[in-house]
Amino acid sequence: MSATRIDRRFAALKKEGRAGLVAYVMAGNPDLETSFEIFRGLPGAGVDVIELGMCFTDPMADGPTIQVAGQRALRAGMTLRKTLELVRRFRKEDNDTPIVLMGYYNPIYAYGNEAFLADAREAGLDGLIIVDLPPEEDSELCLPTVKAGLNWIRLATPTTDAKRLPAVLANTSGFLYYVSITGITGSASADAGDVAKAVERLHAKSDLPVAVGFGIRTPEQAADIARVADAAVVGSAFCQTVADSLDEKGRAKPDCVANVLALARALGDGVRGARS
Amino acid sequence: MEPVNTYRSGPDEQGHFGMFGGRYVAETLMPLILELEEAWHAARKDPEFQAELEHWAKHYIGRPSPLYYAQRLTEHLGGAKVYFKRDELNHTGAHKINNTVGQILLAKRMGKTRIIAETGAGQHGVATATVCAKVGLPCVVYMGETDIARQAPNVFRMKLLGAEVVPVVSGSRTLKDAMNEALRDWVTNVESTFYIIGTAAGPHPYPELVREFQSIIGRETREQMMEAEGRLPDALVACIGGGSNAIGLFHPFLDDPDVAIYGVEAAGHGIESGQHAASIAGGRPGVLHGNRTYLLQNEDGQITEAHSISAGLDYPGIGPEHAWLADSGRVTYVSATDKEALEAFQLCTRMEGIIPALEPAHALAYVTKLAPTMDKDKIIVMNMCGRGDKDVFTVAEALGVSL
Repeated sequence: MSATRIDRRFAALKKEGRAGLVAYVMAGNPDLETSFEIFRGLPGAGVDVIELGMCFTDPMADGPTIQVAGQRALRAGMTLRKTLELVRRFRKEDNDTPIVLMGYYNPIYAYGNEAFLADAREAGLDGLIIVDLPPEEDSELCLPTVKAGLNWIRLATPTTDAKRLPAVLANTSGFLYYVSITGITGSASADAGDVAKAVERLHAKSDLPVAVGFGIRTPEQAADIARVADAAVVGSAFCQTVADSLDEKGRAKPDCVANVLALARALGDGVRGARS
Repeated sequence: MEPVNTYRSGPDEQGHFGMFGGRYVAETLMPLILELEEAWHAARKDPEFQAELEHWAKHYIGRPSPLYYAQRLTEHLGGAKVYFKRDELNHTGAHKINNTVGQILLAKRMGKTRIIAETGAGQHGVATATVCAKVGLPCVVYMGETDIARQAPNVFRMKLLGAEVVPVVSGSRTLKDAMNEALRDWVTNVESTFYIIGTAAGPHPYPELVREFQSIIGRETREQMMEAEGRLPDALVACIGGGSNAIGLFHPFLDDPDVAIYGVEAAGHGIESGQHAASIAGGRPGVLHGNRTYLLQNEDGQITEAHSISAGLDYPGIGPEHAWLADSGRVTYVSATDKEALEAFQLCTRMEGIIPALEPAHALAYVTKLAPTMDKDKIIVMNMCGRGDKDVFTVAEALGVSL
């Protein structure tokens, strides 16, 4: 596979000698246009890689914050088709920032795998993280994704032991997403020392950059992770900031986008200052 | 689809029944699923495990359950002889305990110290809380807030048995959301916890192991029918939510081509109304809760809400083996509405002195249509998979009676 935007971004980060900031935002949250303003503002606010959440009615690995964000997006009429349209619009003004779609398989399956991959590629998407497609189901979407030239990013977890790791690494590209806790998104954060050991273990077996997520909310936590991993992933904190920036009817207040981007900036500063 | 030599060989090693089934779970759970599969394969071959299972079946569940000739109902319908497989006489009042006994023995074998479960009508929750009380393990049952409101007696029963009942407020607040919440718990407490899934669905090996624990229904039926009539029945009928009682009755008969098999889905207010729980009649293949199967969903692949008067059938999916049996044509899937189930509920109560649960009342509704079309020397076996005590409040409300 030729180098993708993700490969190029992590290579650039390595050259700079710093870790990256990966931001997860839910497409369509709280509404289509506000989510687009957030999305397009992230690179300028210091985000290196964007994970765009695809809403799903039954997000079985997500905590309450991301569940509610997804439900809000669904109520606002979000669909996978509209999510790809957001990527398309983003690409008109930014051709460098990597975008990874993250979510569950059924909306893609309903779209049709082949049609989805063609449209995703054309829209300018770079990779996929599909929570409920483990290596055992690789023939389903993983192999076609790799064939289409997109990155397939897998989650490694504390339950991924030495026996399991080769299966997790096979067919994974772009980066490896280390889930630092056994649990759902937005849970308590992991001990930085444990994370360091886990990242070391993954680096010993793979050349892929390792991004660490689940439970990272503050610039300080992001900095701790940035000292030991190749990137820190923040998700629930962004969704929470959106939730905190709504009026009583659930509509975005005027400062919604600014609040989210201010969080991105603070996290970005944390990550950038971590190794200096 | 290619004709097959046997309908009883599934799933394959990857847990697939044709295109259905599989293991669509988060990576955190994968090592556990594989560990469970290994433990299950060892247990099923272990005579000691089988002996323990048999002991519990006889002395705790009260098996074998009778195969009962419903004489007045048969005469009333004027066609085929109708038998009930009386799994409503099991301890805790439904077939669910067949499975929870099997899984709790497996959990103990694996050294797990905490049990979680999801429940819709509360029958599986009660059956899980029951076996947890018996072995002395802590039990957490996830139950949708909507279901808690309509199944209050079962909620209290679970609490009496020492279980913690956690109300689920996400999504549609019913069975599917309870299952999401149980999966979230499992992802968080991987080391200690065994998840007792209540139906023949979820990631491999659950559909297979639940089927095996429930197949005692069909195995007993074969023997009892040979004793009563000297031959196999002509038709089997069972209701389908996730489909564990049905697959339990059907599986031992799948390779008997002369036995017609009918699964009855809940049609709610009618398939055409859109308010139903009939995944095969009104859904299409998709992936949810660890398996590919027929699901109620919209064009975007978002899961839609099921509706049935019976909380136990109120699930937008179906076990993957049923999905495969539907596509292969071996089993015919039909449906019954809320109204038809209510009528059958009353008919059975008055004709046979048996108050059925609303779930098998759906199966019975189809029996009342099927039996009159068959000759009097034909035989139908219907799985009376639960008793209706838990439903009397729901039925009273539906009939406009205030208690």
